[in-house]
Amino acid sequence: MKTASHKIISLTGAAAIALLTAVPGQAQDARATAIAIMKRDFHAKGIAGMDRLDQDALQVVCTRSDNKPPKDIAVRLEKDQAESVKYPADGKLMGDWRAGEKIAQSGHGMTWKDKPGKPSGGGCYNCHRIGPKEISYGNVGPSLYRLGKTRGDGPEMQKYVYTKIYDSKATTLCSAMPRFGHSGALTEAQIKDLVALLLDPRSPVNQ
Amino acid sequence: MKRAFILGAAALLAAGMPLQYVLAQSGKSAENAAAAKSKQAAEFAQFHDELEQDNPAELFEMKGKELWQAKRGPKHASLERCDLGLGPGVVKGAYVQLPRYFADVGRVMDAERRIVYCMVTLQGFKKADLAKQPFSTPDRTPDPVSLVAYVAAKSRSVKSATPQNNAQEREAYAVGREIFNYRAGPYDFSCATCHGQMGKRIRRQDLPDLASKQQAINGYQGWPGYRLTGGLMHTLQWRMNDCFRQQRFPEPGYLSETITDLLTYLAVNANGHVYTGPGIKR
Ligand code: HEC
Ligand code: HEC
Repeated sequence: MKTASHKIISLTGAAAIALLTAVPGQAQDARATAIAIMKRDFHAKGIAGMDRLDQDALQVVCTRSDNKPPKDIAVRLEKDQAESVKYPADGKLMGDWRAGEKIAQSGHGMTWKDKPGKPSGGGCYNCHRIGPKEISYGNVGPSLYRLGKTRGDGPEMQKYVYTKIYDSKATTLCSAMPRFGHSGALTEAQIKDLVALLLDPRSPVNQ
Repeated sequence: MKRAFILGAAALLAAGMPLQYVLAQSGKSAENAAAAKSKQAAEFAQFHDELEQDNPAELFEMKGKELWQAKRGPKHASLERCDLGLGPGVVKGAYVQLPRYFADVGRVMDAERRIVYCMVTLQGFKKADLAKQPFSTPDRTPDPVSLVAYVAAKSRSVKSATPQNNAQEREAYAVGREIFNYRAGPYDFSCATCHGQMGKRIRRQDLPDLASKQQAINGYQGWPGYRLTGGLMHTLQWRMNDCFRQQRFPEPGYLSETITDLLTYLAVNANGHVYTGPGIKR
């Protein structure tokens, strides 16, 4: 709680403080109690440490604004996120779509049951329609079927998709989608493979 | 005999599901697959209805009833004097009025937490022992799970009315709502990320919008439940634990205040439904 407040002050200054103090007293009490109770009641298990209960600035702002952050704060925090995205040194953003399909299918990773060091999946089908053959897909996110065919596969689009997967919050501050590169859930090579799955003209997604 | 058959069918159904994926993936067109999907949904609905008529959860209700009445534990006592909120020994209608505030402990408790409290105070069991492996496994259904099934069944056909009558109950609700909306962890998830909108699915599993009345009812109704996936009886303590796992959080304590407050939030949102009893979950 305290550390989260510190981070937010250094990142967004006065505007964020205004947001934080705008909540009515009772809600603030319940929130402080909720955080204290969680910190007392949870325990670390496997790779899921207690530090996961600490919110970063973005999580604080999204929680407190009910995922509808004031425009000026959203713009500033999105910019922070965008600046932290690491792009591949070789400048190539597309990998192998076949490997990408496997990553999109696998929902493993980052839970207390997952082994440390084992590569995570993206779990993309949990939330998105992607390839034409997979009928078991979720709809928390928009359909990505034919993404490359309808929106192109040029350098700008590749950069947009790489960025979205690396840090969804660089373009939509309170997106429901995880920040797969930012959190270290997916490696650079895995993200490239996913970009290929979504944009490569040879990928079944774009047939 | 019939029960054994039904249980077998349930296991087969659970095992049979991935087969549909395999079929759907091996060269079928999306349309065929969609048709197979709706056929499968219809078959599931039919199986579900048949199962409900001879509900495997009843086995656990029966076991729970025995456990409730038997003299057990270091104090060699039954649970028949346990006060679930409606007075010592009153079980009927108690489940659908939980979680609630208990003056004897000065806090709000959910059903499982209160039952374990009674096992500790009346029978002399140790909470730490009961908390060691609190969830059902293929080899073992913990006693509190069967007891919850029994207690819940005694609220069948009763209208749910989790109270908000005092400051503690209202605070449990308010804190539960904060926990529900708290985004954190490597995936930035809160409960609301998956359960905060109508009509959403993870893969093919429908996600109830637990902040809305109608869908909170859908999501709350039917627990505790016999889960076809794995063929195990589970309570809401388990459901909360497994959703926190999917949320990539650390593990919440069994019977903790965090869980009680969350359950208060869900139960009050779902108030007013006529409880149909321990059910079947896919
Ligand atoms: C928990 C849900 C969830 C998961 C898991 C998820 N996404 Fe998303 N995704 C969303 C939501 C919601 C949006 C829309 C908001 C946004 O743009 O951030 C989105 C947007 C996108 C977009 C932009 C679409 C457009 O039309 O501009 C892409 C590309 C994308 N996701 C790719 C992926 C990939 C690849 C994965 C897996 C590594 C993935 N997503 C996993 C929820 C999810
Ligand atoms: C990453 C996604 C995700 C998150 C986060 C999540 N859940 Fe769930 N939840 C699910 C899925 C998927 C199911 C359905 C599982 C099934 O059908 O087997 C489910 C089922 C449930 C159910 C039972 C619904 C029913 O119809 O029986 C409840 C209640 C529930 N979740 C509450 C919560 C609460 C409370 C939280 C936060 C502590 C939470 N969930 C966090 C994905 C999630």
